[in-house]
Amino acid sequence: MGLFDFLRGSPKQTASIAKERLRIIVAQERSARGSPDYLPLLRRELLEVIRKYVNVDQDAIDIQVKRDGDHEVLDLTVTLPDKSEAAAAAAAAAREA
Amino acid sequence: MTEFIVITSGKGGVGKTTSSASIAVGLAKHGKKVAVIDFDVGLRNLDLIMGCERRVVYDFVNVIHQECTLKQALIKDKRYENLHVLAASQTRDKDALTKEGVERVLNELKDEGFDYVLCDSPAGIEKGAFLAMYFADRAIVVVNPEVSSVRDSDRILGLLSSKTRRAETGATPVMQHLLLTRYNPARVVAGDMMSIDDVKEILGIEVLGVIPESEGVLAASNSGVPVILDEASNAGLAYDDAVARLLGQTRAMRFLDAPKKGILSRLFGS
Ligand SMILES: Nc1ncnc2c1ncn2[C@@H]1O[C@H](COP(=O)(O)OP(=O)(O)OP(=O)(O)O)[C@@H](O)[C@H]1O
Ligand SMILES: [Mg+2]
Repeated sequence: MGLFDFLRGSPKQTASIAKERLRIIVAQERSARGSPDYLPLLRRELLEVIRKYVNVDQDAIDIQVKRDGDHEVLDLTVTLPDKSEAAAAAAAAAREA
Repeated sequence: MTEFIVITSGKGGVGKTTSSASIAVGLAKHGKKVAVIDFDVGLRNLDLIMGCERRVVYDFVNVIHQECTLKQALIKDKRYENLHVLAASQTRDKDALTKEGVERVLNELKDEGFDYVLCDSPAGIEKGAFLAMYFADRAIVVVNPEVSSVRDSDRILGLLSSKTRRAETGATPVMQHLLLTRYNPARVVAGDMMSIDDVKEILGIEVLGVIPESEGVLAASNSGVPVILDEASNAGLAYDDAVARLLGQTRAMRFLDAPKKGILSRLFGS
């Protein structure tokens, strides 16, 4: 980056964004590849169940099979929307209905 | 009317997916209802470039095999609600796509009132590439100003005029455009790279746009924000022009000249 770019204001550093996005998606795909065939289906069905109660987005659910010593652990993380977002979403849903 | 557009090239890595993403966003920005489909079965990538990789639940092959509805598989873009992405599946099964299946999905998109359906073709001339182009009304042939890319696009132009539904049924031929990408004006001026006129002369079809080689493209892929949304990038502006031309507007070609290195940019770098 030249001094000129520096003076214009340094551009956003995007490599770290790329790394973070890849870290998540690669982990997700590897765990899907390393057997249980039911994982994608499980993810879909869980998403549908969770959505009955909370309005979460598709990317809010992260499901992976991890090794913990001799055990395999099903690791499920669901990021819930924050309160204001959830309220806005509910209001929008009510309007659509 | 729904228009089916294939983005194809023959040669790999020339910028089909980058172009599909930006053209899809550009058409959506003009208020069109757009779906963009990744035909690269086994090597899903369009989702990353569009920035929706974590929202893929069902994919194109799931829809074809009727394991879900089209509606369930279409990922609505977070920036434009009239823009939808259909991801490729990660299956290794090359026969996952069938002609009948693809036709059914495309017909359904037509019934849903989409204005444009973009098909991001895989490289090569195998089944995926064939199916991506088969139903096309229009083809955008992505080419780099480089010998093997130009020859491969000529192969593709041949296939477009013989192996498509329009060719087989004797309908009006598939409309063909060239999209020259990774163009480096400085190297053209230096005589190291073929110019837009050289490529046009060899292939003999109309040029929809010239996209300069640009650092903005890497930053765009990194962030999952198609480069057309980066107004500071010449590549983004060039895609914007190309989309306007696709919609029938007249726009002069830009970024064909090498930037003159003035004393300031020499001192400060560019
Ligand atoms: N105008 C450009 N300037 C700089 N880099 C570019 C440009 N267009 C594309 N690229 C880069 O070229 C590479 C290939 O691009 P892309 O994935 O779009 O090609 P493709 O034709 O879809 O490839 P494949 O045949 O594998 O599907 C990517 O790294 C992309 O960032
Ligand atoms: Mg591609």
